[in-house]
Amino acid sequence: MSEYAVELTDLSKYYRSVEALHPLSLNISFGEVLGLFGHNGAGKSTLMKLILGVLKPSSGQLKVLGYCPRTNSDHDYRSQFGYLPENVSFYEHLSGREVLRYFARLKGHSLAHADALLEEVNLAHAADRPVKTYSKGMRQRLGLAQAFLGEPKILILDEPTVGLDPVATRDFYQMVDRLKTSGCAVILCSHVLPDVENHIDRAMILSAGRKLALGSLDELRLQAKLPTEFNVSGLSSSELSTALNGYQSISTVLETTSNASRFTVPTPEKMIVMKHLLANQNVTDLQVTPPSLEALYRYYISDFHSQSAESQGVGHE
Amino acid sequence: MSKVWIVAQKEFRDGLRNRWTGAISLIFILLSLGLAYFGSATAGVLGFASLESTLVSLASLSVMLIPLIALMLSYHCFVGEQEQGTLLLLFTYPLSQGQLLLGKFLGQALILTVASLIGFGLPALVISAVSEVDTFEVLKAFGLFIMAASVLGWVFIALAYVISLAVSEKSKAAGLALVVWFFFVLVFDLVLMAILVASEGDINQTLVPYLLWLNPTDVFRIFIYQVVDAQSYTGVLDLADKGADGLAALVMAMGLWVAVPLLGCWLMLKRKELS
Repeated sequence: MSEYAVELTDLSKYYRSVEALHPLSLNISFGEVLGLFGHNGAGKSTLMKLILGVLKPSSGQLKVLGYCPRTNSDHDYRSQFGYLPENVSFYEHLSGREVLRYFARLKGHSLAHADALLEEVNLAHAADRPVKTYSKGMRQRLGLAQAFLGEPKILILDEPTVGLDPVATRDFYQMVDRLKTSGCAVILCSHVLPDVENHIDRAMILSAGRKLALGSLDELRLQAKLPTEFNVSGLSSSELSTALNGYQSISTVLETTSNASRFTVPTPEKMIVMKHLLANQNVTDLQVTPPSLEALYRYYISDFHSQSAESQGVGHE
Repeated sequence: MSKVWIVAQKEFRDGLRNRWTGAISLIFILLSLGLAYFGSATAGVLGFASLESTLVSLASLSVMLIPLIALMLSYHCFVGEQEQGTLLLLFTYPLSQGQLLLGKFLGQALILTVASLIGFGLPALVISAVSEVDTFEVLKAFGLFIMAASVLGWVFIALAYVISLAVSEKSKAAGLALVVWFFFVLVFDLVLMAILVASEGDINQTLVPYLLWLNPTDVFRIFIYQVVDAQSYTGVLDLADKGADGLAALVMAMGLWVAVPLLGCWLMLKRKELS
């Protein structure tokens, strides 16, 4: 078994008229959760399908669990895959139980395992109804149960929480965390950024088939130099200036009321500002929010668009 | 091998579930009993006439019906799964393209085989009970008919798979299936006849009979004529007299008609990318 679950070296995918994925190098370790972000058509699904071996790479090297998908005829290693496609409607006339049992048998698992998973995703009550009577959320849970079949070593999830209620979403992330602890590599693509934020080790932002950013959230925050937001209560704006002790010059005020303020500070200075505020007797409440994944996402996407606009000479005035 | 069987079982169960198997059996029963009883109505008599005339008229109706049924049963087999996203999922499962193809084919071929076994077998029992023809003769002739009818169905299942893999929309597959049906059941024989008439016999006579093998429905009909030992062929099949009607050759031609499209499907599946 190789060191990494997935190894990409200059992997690319071109169609006749579209560059779906520019040469990309990336390693994903066992037990790592990689968040994949980008607009629709940014190349997320293409990357996932390349790793799954459903698409043939145009160039570059790809190793998944030590195997090269599509170049050798071995397919047994795929029993360690878990995949949830973006749109899957299953076999409408079969019941949820029949669908899951079919997939379980194909993966070489017992029927009891399938039934247990149905319990786990809270579908047991509807297990014997045809899938065509299922709601969007129920279908999604059936899809997740299918992806979780047999403790996968690589889990690839395309929009896993679409249609899930908050409780089901929480259960889902618990399951992901559990699999991660057991050494499963997870690739997660979602547009619900606040939900994903706490569960990923690294984030990759793609746009038009190109990698815009890759790293842990802390690394990306450092790189993007996005400010940290402060919420302070108990100080008027003049008292705040005094309390900040010279650091008000680097802060940007977003909102002030008679005794509360919202302002941002460059992230590297946040500890000093925090110490000053904590030393102040009048401060009744303090909230510090590092730049969210959403802010990072916006930053990288807009940065890329302004760059590409410049390089194409679109932005001339 | 066990994975082939898992897929086959699902396809077969689908066939039972959506009542395909039952409906096809019923059509076959009505067809064979109807033809056995009313087959000689033009001659002014009702009731079972002869094994030969019953099977020959059954064959000429079956060549229309069985290809149509097989195409309808199978045209959406791959394109349907592609549309609902399950083909993408199956491609990520520990299952080779060959296993998937073979499983689907086995399951659907079994549906058609069981339906012809019931649909032609039951009438055969009825006929042997009410007619004076030797029971063994009836059962043997019908047995061969059931086999030939099943293989004819398999051919068109395999052709439907080619269509299903070549297009990316179910409606297109349905349209193409009709075109294929129309070509083999109607156009092919007409064109062959036209060539013969236009050439006024001035055509390589040794080659022409074998052109019939290019149409699986003609192979099926020649086979049935051979089985019942019919006095003369009708229509374009007359050509077969000139050497294209050896039983072994017919069986082989039918075998190729199943194997070659399936091989094509396998190659198409191996090359297929799902974007």
